[in-house]
Amino acid sequence: MESYLPVIWAAIIGLAVAMYVILDGFDLGIGILFPFAETDRERDQMMSSVAPFWDGNETWLVLGGAGLMVAFPLAYSIILPALYLPVIIMLLALVFRGVAFEFRWLGVTSKPHWTFAFAAGSALAAFCQGLILGGLIQGIKVENGAFAGGAFDWATPFAALCGLGLVAGYGLLGATWLVMKTDGIVAGRARIQAKLLLLAVLAFMAIVSIWTPLAFERIAVRWFSLPNILFFWWVPAATAIVAFAAWRWLETKHDVLPFLATIALFLLGYLGLLISNFPYLVPPSLTIWQTAAAPATHIFMLLGTLVMLPIILGYVIFVYWIFGGKLREGEGYH
Amino acid sequence: MDLDPLLISRLQFAFTIIFHIIFPTFTIGLSAYIATLCVMWMRTGKEHYRVLAQFWTKIFAVSFAMGVVSGIVLSYQFGTNWSRYSAVLGNVVGPMIGFEVEVAFFLEATFLGLLLFGWNRVPPWLHTLSAIAVAAGTLMSAFWILSANSWMQTPVGYEMRDGIAYPLDWLDIVFNPSFFYRLPHMVTAAYLTTSFVVLAVGARYVLAGKHLEHGRTMVRMAVGFAAIVAPLQLVIGDQHGLNTLKHQPMKIAAIEAHWDGSLPGELVLFAWPDEKAETNRFAVTIPHGASIMLTHSWDGLFPGLTSVPPQDRPPVLPPFFAFRAMVGIGMLMILTALTGVWLWWRGRLFSTRWYLWPAQHVWWLGFVAVICGWIVTETGRQPWVAYGLLRTADAVSPLAGHTVATTLVLFVLVYGVVGSMGLYYINRLIMRGPDGPAIEPPSAGTPRWPVEPGRKTSAETALSIPVPSERIT
Repeated sequence: MESYLPVIWAAIIGLAVAMYVILDGFDLGIGILFPFAETDRERDQMMSSVAPFWDGNETWLVLGGAGLMVAFPLAYSIILPALYLPVIIMLLALVFRGVAFEFRWLGVTSKPHWTFAFAAGSALAAFCQGLILGGLIQGIKVENGAFAGGAFDWATPFAALCGLGLVAGYGLLGATWLVMKTDGIVAGRARIQAKLLLLAVLAFMAIVSIWTPLAFERIAVRWFSLPNILFFWWVPAATAIVAFAAWRWLETKHDVLPFLATIALFLLGYLGLLISNFPYLVPPSLTIWQTAAAPATHIFMLLGTLVMLPIILGYVIFVYWIFGGKLREGEGYH
Repeated sequence: MDLDPLLISRLQFAFTIIFHIIFPTFTIGLSAYIATLCVMWMRTGKEHYRVLAQFWTKIFAVSFAMGVVSGIVLSYQFGTNWSRYSAVLGNVVGPMIGFEVEVAFFLEATFLGLLLFGWNRVPPWLHTLSAIAVAAGTLMSAFWILSANSWMQTPVGYEMRDGIAYPLDWLDIVFNPSFFYRLPHMVTAAYLTTSFVVLAVGARYVLAGKHLEHGRTMVRMAVGFAAIVAPLQLVIGDQHGLNTLKHQPMKIAAIEAHWDGSLPGELVLFAWPDEKAETNRFAVTIPHGASIMLTHSWDGLFPGLTSVPPQDRPPVLPPFFAFRAMVGIGMLMILTALTGVWLWWRGRLFSTRWYLWPAQHVWWLGFVAVICGWIVTETGRQPWVAYGLLRTADAVSPLAGHTVATTLVLFVLVYGVVGSMGLYYINRLIMRGPDGPAIEPPSAGTPRWPVEPGRKTSAETALSIPVPSERIT
């Protein structure tokens, strides 16, 4: 039993991170696409389409962080100091773009500044999250159970690539969200943006898929040794099919399906990263078992989570349902 | 020059948590006030309760956003800056933080969307339910955070193995010895703080002769509430102090600037405690005063600071002065509330300028008292991060001083801009008043059940809400 607990917890945190990436991904994506809107009216419409949800979306980030502290305190205590600057700058960027949701409606002369804060904050937060992902994949220097590297260990071309990739990915989520939730000029432009971003995202996924096995032997062994390749070959194949479907659905004027396909694309990419790195939580040295909290802690929190997580998912779905349907131009929920 | 990462991490945590606590303090109280207004609107059907609820919801949205973003920062700083704290205590403290997120954070953040944007989309009962859900969320958030913090003050129910804390009894841990004093003290403080904001805004309207009906309702509700709760807080605070004396005697010794435990404690009204000389300069005291308050006897003894070596003592100045500021403000609040009730009873509450004029400026009192209270309890716990268990100096992350200094500067800049703009916008919302831009209430009525997604409600169609750049509700 006790050796399964870390696996269960890894799955819960994995779920929280996936929920975060998808949900906050689309509202960060709205910010990333902000500079390409032409009028304030269009930006109002874009922002209104996510305004009721962003608070809840961002809470998954807190669950990911708090979950890591509860379930894998040693990993938490190594990863966060190692990625100190990208984490803090991401948080500060989230501060700016978060308050912009409120301040932008209240400011008169300062409205353009909060438009900028929302766009720049969203893009910077996305980029930093990519840096964090890249910094984690490329490995953290650990001695005696503590971070033993320097403040800029994460600053590599690979991490920057992951950063740009995530900006493009969130942009794609945001664009397909707009296709689904808005109409008129905003939706039309988003459809074109989604196609461009889809190509960009596929390019980034391809580069990461080639780069990581070349740079990290453990990842090459994981994917290309027998019999692993027999189990995993379908992941890139499914990615290609989903990407093709997303493209087709964007062409054939489907509204909802491109967003769902983008989510599937994200999940496949996420699965790929899991396959590459499991069971390491702090690559390349510490696994989920080596960093796990005490079994008593795992069980106590698991009991609560088994009750709370379905309730949370229930009311999150309810609120999305209440605010379902398209938001017309000039219409707010206000 | 080498910067000390411990000192700068402490400064950064102090700065970010002081900034943060302002907003939960306000939103815990304000969400309860909005829920109360919604319930009264449903029970009485009086429009001005709904208008007031809508008005305060706008202000709530701004402060909640600032609270959320600054709170996320804190939940990550346990790892970024205090990684040894997380590694040593994560087994025990972690679940309290985790439950806070699962039980409270999601509830508030999700139902806030409904509270802010659901006026025309959901029926009144569901809207009121959302307000109650948000209020309950903030309250449960306080429950878990205070539980975690109380455990750091009075750790029980654990054992240390190889330098790591392991849980033994979760009930002991969650309901640790100081929890039942510290939770009511903080929740009461939050409600009281908010009632003084409501009082100040109401007084401002009454004085200016604008939004009179709303202003009077606010003043009456705030004064009536505070007249009960402000004196109650004095009792809770006193009990909390006795509990602290039992579990953290050095914190009390620092608060009282009591050096020599072999002598009865004087009540130090004012002094400049000198830590090097271990004595108080310029002291104005009431002999035996502290002994009477803390031990209920004339010659009662309680431990002095010199009973432990200097490296185990908390700093004296911050708890000493912050405590006096907190108690002073508390007394002022009691005086304000009781005077208000007396004037109300005499029928002069809305015509007494000498009361209303100062009353419009009392909005900040509670916030300063709360910050001072937290300074007392957090600096008074030093040099420990978990009392008697882990020293603050042993909890810090392996970071370079200048790295932390860089982020501290960034935090000061960003929070400076965000905080001052937030205050400015809230003030403007208050100046604009509860009527806001004139708009008809949804006359066609809101639906009895949540509307089918994507379809406009009758109210929306009737209004065809036009102004996207101006938030109306």
